[in-house]
Parts: sequence; C-alpha cells; structure tokens
Amino acid sequence: MAKRKTKNPFYFCTHLELRESTGLKARNARELVNVLKDVSGSVIYYHTHVFLQQHQFLSPEPPNAFAYWVQHFLGEDILAERLSSIDIYQFSTIRALREKLIEVIEGHLFDAKEIRNAPLGKEFDFTKSRSFILPTHYVAHNLRDMVESLQKITIRSIDFHIFNVRLRLEKGINDFSNWINTSLGYPELASRLETFDPYTYTLEGLRQNIINIIEHSPEWKQDHGKK
Amino acid sequence: MVKNKTQTLSLDDYIPIVGKDTIDELRLLASSLKGKKIQHINSTRVGGGVAEMLTRVIPLMRELGVDIDWDVIGGTPEFYNVTKKFHNALHGRADVIVDRDFDIYLETARKYNKETEIKGDIVFVHDPQPIALIQNKKRMKTTKWVWRCHVDVSSPNERVWDFLATFVEGYDASIFSSPKFTRPLKTSQFLICPAIDPLSDKNKPLSYQRINKVLSKYGISRNKPIVSQISRYDYLKDPVGVVEAFKMVKKYVDAQLVLVGNSAADDPEGAKVLKEVRQKTKGVADVHILLIPPEHNDIEVNAIQRASSVIIQKSLKEGFALTVTEALWKDKPVVASAVGGIPLQIKHKYSGLLCHCIEGAALQMRQFLHNPTFAKRLANNGKMHIKRNFLITRLIREHMLLALSLFHKGDIITL
Repeated sequence: MAKRKTKNPFYFCTHLELRESTGLKARNARELVNVLKDVSGSVIYYHTHVFLQQHQFLSPEPPNAFAYWVQHFLGEDILAERLSSIDIYQFSTIRALREKLIEVIEGHLFDAKEIRNAPLGKEFDFTKSRSFILPTHYVAHNLRDMVESLQKITIRSIDFHIFNVRLRLEKGINDFSNWINTSLGYPELASRLETFDPYTYTLEGLRQNIINIIEHSPEWKQDHGKK
Repeated sequence: MVKNKTQTLSLDDYIPIVGKDTIDELRLLASSLKGKKIQHINSTRVGGGVAEMLTRVIPLMRELGVDIDWDVIGGTPEFYNVTKKFHNALHGRADVIVDRDFDIYLETARKYNKETEIKGDIVFVHDPQPIALIQNKKRMKTTKWVWRCHVDVSSPNERVWDFLATFVEGYDASIFSSPKFTRPLKTSQFLICPAIDPLSDKNKPLSYQRINKVLSKYGISRNKPIVSQISRYDYLKDPVGVVEAFKMVKKYVDAQLVLVGNSAADDPEGAKVLKEVRQKTKGVADVHILLIPPEHNDIEVNAIQRASSVIIQKSLKEGFALTVTEALWKDKPVVASAVGGIPLQIKHKYSGLLCHCIEGAALQMRQFLHNPTFAKRLANNGKMHIKRNFLITRLIREHMLLALSLFHKGDIITL
C-alpha cells in the first residue's frame, strides 16, 4: 500500500533560549503571588518549563520552579504539592496558567496561619527567557520521514513543537498532532499524540514515546504494509 | 580519540560528546550573525578563567564563520594592584580603598581608551579592568556594548560598586553567571553560566597508565580511596576545613587526602594558608599536599581528579566554581558547599551532595565512600547535568544568542 504523502510537508524548527534576569525577587508566598500578577508571560513560561531541559537526565521532575522553591526554601509541602500538580497540559494560554498559579497560592494564603520567609540568599529570582526560533533542514512528507527526523533532531526541537508551540505561541495543540491530522488526514493518530501528558516525561523519554505511538499505530501499518 | 594539542581541535571533535545536531544548531545561529563583527576585550591573554575561556571560544567561533577578534588592554602593575583590590571589594572583602585608587584606575582608563581600537559591531568587555571602554560609546553610535561580569557582585563594597556602576549603566546589556550575582541595574541583565571545554588538557579523557604515572610521581597510592580538593590555598576555599573533615572520615575509612594548589611563592596569603594546612595535617597519615606548577597543572590535575573516589569543594565563598564542573564532568561523586554557583551545578542527592559545615562535609564523604552504588548514580547524574548545561558549546550558543538579541526586540524572535 502506498505511503500517504502530503503536499504540505512538516518543516522541523528548533528554538534556543537566552535567560534574562528581571531583577524581581520574592521572599515568601505572598510576594511570589504579587509578582506573578505583573510579570510577562515569558517569565511564567520559563519557570514552568525550565526543568524540562535543565534536569532532563536526573528525573522526570514536575516542570515547575515555583513548586520546587516553595518546597525546598519555604518548606511549605502542601502548597508545593498543589503547585507541582497543576496539570499544565490542560492550559492553552499563559494567561490561564498564570490565573491558576495565582488561585492556588492565594487559596493557600487564605488559610495560612503564618507566612514563611526563605533564608537570605534563597529568594525566588524571577527570570525570563528570550526564545529564538530557527528552521532546521529536517522535513517530513510522511510518517516515515517524521520518525526518521524525530530520531535525529535535538531535544530543543521536540521541546519547541510540543510545548512552545502549544502554550507559548498559544496554538493550543502540538505541531505533530496538528500536521498529522490536517496534512496527512490521520485524526485518530493525531488525537493519540495529543492525549498523553508530555510533562511527565523527560525530553528523551518524550521523543521515544512519540516515535512509539507512531510506529505502533494502525496508520503506520497502513503506510508500510503489515509484516 | 583525543588529539594531543587542544589548539588543533575543531568543532567536529565535539560531535561525539554533544551530538551533530548541537553543532548544526551552532552553524545555523552563526549564519544569522553574518555581517556582524564581534570583539572581546579583557585584561590578559594568559592566566585566569577569562583568558582560558576565550582561548577556546574564539577559534571555535571563527570556525563557525563568525567574524570575531580578541584584544587586551594594557595596564601598569599599579593599575592591576588597584583592580585586584576592586575584585576583592566586589566579593565583599574589606580591603581598604582610598581615593588614590580611583585616580590610578581612571589614569589607566584614559590611556587604554586612546590605545584600544574598537572594531566590533558588538563589543564584549570582561570584568572591571577594561570597563571604562564604554566611554567610547558616544563616538561609536552603532556599536552594541556588553559587559561580562565574572564576579559575584551580590554584596559588594558599595563604594567600589557605585564607582563601577556609572560605567555599567552605559552598556546595552550585562551578563552575570547567576541571578544571585546580579545588581539592580537599568540595563538588561542576561544570565550566562561559564562552561568547561571537555577536550582541554584539564578535562579530556586520560589513559590508566597516564593517571598512574602522575600518582606515582606524587607518591599517591592506588590501593586506598582518594579524596581530593583542587583549589588554590586560600581561606575562602577552606583547605583547613577539608583537613578537619578528612580527619573525621579517616576514623572510619582508610582513605587518602590529596590537596592540590598552585605554587604559593608569590602569594603571601597563600603561603600563610599553606603553612596552616601543613600544621593541621601533622601526624595525620595519608595526606598529600601538592603544589603543582602551572606548566604541569592541567594534565596532572585531570589525572588526580580521575583517580579520586570523592572530590570535595568545601569553599566558604565561590564564584561559579568551575572546579566542581570539572569534577562532575569526570563522572565523580562530589561533595561541595552550597555557596556561589555550586547549587546551580549540584542538586542535593541528585547530582552530588551539598554541605554547610565541616561535620556535614565529613558525613557526606563517608556516605559516598560507604555506598559506591549511590555514589556512582549521583556521579552519572552529575555528568549528564554538566553535559547538558555547562559545556563550551552551550556557552558559544548563548554568546551568539546574546549578540543577536541586541538587534531584535521581543521575547520570541524568529530567525
């Protein structure tokens, strides 16, 4: 059976980040929430995604620097758990994610009997990232091309097409699902690639999972014939 | 296969370490800088971390096709005495600063401002010595100026910082290694960590024979676990604290301690610290206090680190602590104080063990020495963390991104 090929190929991009200090700091949960209300979306995105790249080989930690700081430097385990369990994948805009973070922290402050301060020098430093998007030379016309490219591209490229595009660029869907649905016409495979939680994988694990989903799909067999 | 001469290395030599995709990304980025000339200016071509970093970064960026130059300013010994005092004052040390110091600084600044040719579209000025070059900005309106601060200025001597801040505010952007090192400034403050070159003599893989040769030279046994600290003999590196911690370890583990520092002959304070360390180790078996001359330093330090069972960095204050980066890169379990840039490199119980006192350092060393599987797991994590975040290819990438950011507005930039 012939491979399904599209006239609208998938062009892989990558993104590279440069960190910039905002100079803003928080010593406790109250200051944290106050600053969160005003900072740019780039700050929110950075602190909810920084662990994805920096610590990918250590553990699939919750990709949320706010939760990490609240747990390790304020010792507020319950608030930390509430922050880390925010299901970022359910949000398609930074604005909505910001509101959820604020809601969780303010809910905690409403019931709090004391406001704990971080030790001197352990304040939360608000950082933003500037994201540079670059084209790569990888192009996919069908599922095989896509898998072959997925095996070769950098994890920053995976990060871009899964997380950045969906939330920071506010497309609300990852690029792979979008293309497989609209250009290849495989809505079920597209749906399978959109309905797992990428935040609970390391980026390398995520790469492998996407490849596995494609290679074990009926659409892949349809394209390549049953062995 | 590692080449003999660091100087002959090319970008392709880094592919087995960081992957072809990472090198390809650097090439893509470099092509976006076409037509822009970058100039780095510091105060010395040899010695010190900045010169070491530029020695590797410049040729690799040239290979990428970036038009890049490196120049140094001139200065008198009197000027460098003042800038050394400034350096200590920025670290918060209470050196006496007098009016004459500022006069000496400004006299030399006038001279280097006349003598230094500014030829870059983007000029990176490193540390306080050449900082007054920004006075050229008025006559070079299209040039973008970046000040790279390699010092932790979070709690500086205010008089020195106020003096330098008048120059810093003139720059288009500044770079610090950590958000903890930054100051309230009107200009953009980018965060770029230093990095190590995995193929330099200090970090490249060494054969078992080569390592043994170095151990034999210094009378270090292969039969007992080695605990080492590589640092100059300086109170802030707390070698005396390391000795005290080792004594606590030695009660339970028949280990050796190796302290490695540069020759302290021309450093009065270093000689004093060294003398104190020697006194503290009198009667303690298996302690090796080494002074390795600079010409042998890199390979021998590399060998001792690779032979170590545990590497310690028990500093009281630190900048970024590239010695920790080097140790982690060598897949070694590291015990280090939670100061300066060390917590950026070590997440406690994930990629090493952090400590806050002598007793804590001793406990963490014992943990590693008694639990080799645990030590190995953390060491592996540490190496991966360095590979991902603190190698020279990342530094080159961020230098290029910063250069590009000066010509693009916004937080999302499509190239």
